[in-house]
Amino acid sequence: MNLTTILFYVMAFITLGSALFVAYSGSLVRSVFMFFITLFGLAGLYVFALADFVAITQIVIYVGGILVLILFAFMLSNKETLSTLKRESSIFIGFKNWPSLILSMLFFVVIVSVILKAMPDKLIWISQAVKAGDTFKPTDTTANNLGINLMTRYLLPFEAISILLLMVLVGAAHLSRKEGGQ
Amino acid sequence: MISLTHFLIISAALFCIGLYMVITKSNAIQVLIGIELILNAAILNLVAFGRYDKLNNNGQTFAIFAIVLAAATTAVALAIILNVYRKYKTIEPDKIDQLKD
Repeated sequence: MNLTTILFYVMAFITLGSALFVAYSGSLVRSVFMFFITLFGLAGLYVFALADFVAITQIVIYVGGILVLILFAFMLSNKETLSTLKRESSIFIGFKNWPSLILSMLFFVVIVSVILKAMPDKLIWISQAVKAGDTFKPTDTTANNLGINLMTRYLLPFEAISILLLMVLVGAAHLSRKEGGQ
Repeated sequence: MISLTHFLIISAALFCIGLYMVITKSNAIQVLIGIELILNAAILNLVAFGRYDKLNNNGQTFAIFAIVLAAATTAVALAIILNVYRKYKTIEPDKIDQLKD
């Protein structure tokens, strides 16, 4: 039990705990702000998977982009949505939520049993990669190789995603335009 | 080194929390947050497996693509939610039950 493992467990606990609070909380504002914490914890977990560039991307795009967007969306919608939320939040797991709770628990049990049966640490390609030295070490810098691969090997998905982003930009601007205002 | 199983189990838990939110929440924005949790679980899987692919960077590259896709999805979904709110004055998915104008 060294320091890395302890930090990993702390980060995992923060992530899962705040995600549980997001699901548990009845108030929209509270759940959005706890979602911040979940995303930061996930960025920490990416660092433990030795993907520091992805962690920074996660913070920049999710925390800087998506959450601000969500905050704007419920500031633009009326106060009534917030008040109706509060009225329903008095019973947090009411009788009608039990089936979905049981469903998601069973789903979790199924996924975990599949993971434990599959033994992902002993997969053939992973042991081959470990033998060939194709794994990241904690001292490596990942951004250089990632940038080169993004511009050579993965150029086609990169361009496809840039076209898609342009379409999303136009589409979102068109959808959120006021009707009849021209 | 933290083993892959740890990452996969955390990702499974996140997925199930997101699934629970998508099923139960009666507000479109909270359903959207549940979908984001599910997407983040998938991205965590990609990143965890990407540690064993240093030369090609498969996992990390597609994790970045998935993050960008999630941002695009959220932008369009929020625009749709705003439109629905303008038309029906509610964003509760159960109350929106008209197809025609």
